[in-house]
Amino acid sequence: MRVEHEMHIRRRSRNFGVLGVLLAFIVIVFGVTVVKIETGGFSEGFDHVARPALIPAEEASQ
Amino acid sequence: MTDATLHIPSDAAPSGEASLRDYWRLLKPRLMSLAIFTALVGLLVAPGDLHPFLAASSILWIAIGAGASGALNMWFDADIDRVMKRTRSRPIPAGRVRPSDALALGLFLSGISVVMLGLTANWVAAFWLAFTIFFYAVIYSMWLKRTTSWNTVIGGLAGAFPPMIGWAAATGGTPFEAWLLVGLIFMWTPPHFWALALFVKLDYHEARIPMLTVTHGRAETRRQTWAWALGLAAVSLVTAFSGLGGPLTLAVVLGLNGIFLRDAYAIFRRSDADSEADGHAAEKRLFKWSLVYLFAHFSVFVLEAILPFGGW
Repeated sequence: MRVEHEMHIRRRSRNFGVLGVLLAFIVIVFGVTVVKIETGGFSEGFDHVARPALIPAEEASQ
Repeated sequence: MTDATLHIPSDAAPSGEASLRDYWRLLKPRLMSLAIFTALVGLLVAPGDLHPFLAASSILWIAIGAGASGALNMWFDADIDRVMKRTRSRPIPAGRVRPSDALALGLFLSGISVVMLGLTANWVAAFWLAFTIFFYAVIYSMWLKRTTSWNTVIGGLAGAFPPMIGWAAATGGTPFEAWLLVGLIFMWTPPHFWALALFVKLDYHEARIPMLTVTHGRAETRRQTWAWALGLAAVSLVTAFSGLGGPLTLAVVLGLNGIFLRDAYAIFRRSDADSEADGHAAEKRLFKWSLVYLFAHFSVFVLEAILPFGGW
């Protein structure tokens, strides 16, 4: 029977840990993106999108 | 031959391969938990309306930033960690993690936590997170920890910023109330730590770290504990009358500070011989109460913010 070296066991647990961290990072970035788009946070960053905050007060009231 | 045979231990290489837990320990999870709790309170009591997912993500990045500064601290302090009993089993002095790996982890997590907090919340919060990491890793760990007995006070300031970062994440600003939260932890840290230093035999002197108990003696440490407890009570009372507080906070704060001051005064009034005689009872009592104190004090701010009758 082949006995697995302890170093390999440690290395595997570390690799799975890194995998979990990377997956969690993807989920977080995706979630943040979805929330930002839904709440309009990012859309004001583009020039071709209206930015109500930049319209002067008199013009906005007309 | 397997690749295991290529990893022959030598003086230059760590004696064993690091496990995931070793990297986790580099991040100082206990300090991270304090940062998470206080940042969460800052975020909850601030008058902002951050989306719950963004709020949770922001807390995560603040915690990772705190962990990054812990890793940088462990990298720089590896030489003194090797000398002291309490820290000898840490991943770097124990030879399980290479110092360069700890440095790389600390720098990588610092960068990613600041950038992600900026993208998730705002750049004011990201700036204060970057400043906190810099303050803890460079100003405290690399410079003042080894040169002045004020190191506990300065280290306490680094640990005091997370609630303000949480507040900034929610609102984009750092008003007076956010600074009051900083002030509260800043004033709390010295008596909390000195109470511990008075009953645990810490071997900082062997590592040549100028702790107050070593440089100015234990009697002076007792006097300073009392003085800082008075300052803490003053800041605490100001929070009760500020936008953070209300009648409920005032009632809780009076009780918390009453007991804190009683125990700090007992420490101030007695000698080391008295302390030895009863097994450092007063010192242990203050240390334990300081933990209850911080948790209850921050929790009451949250209650004040969410209860319909909260605030003045």
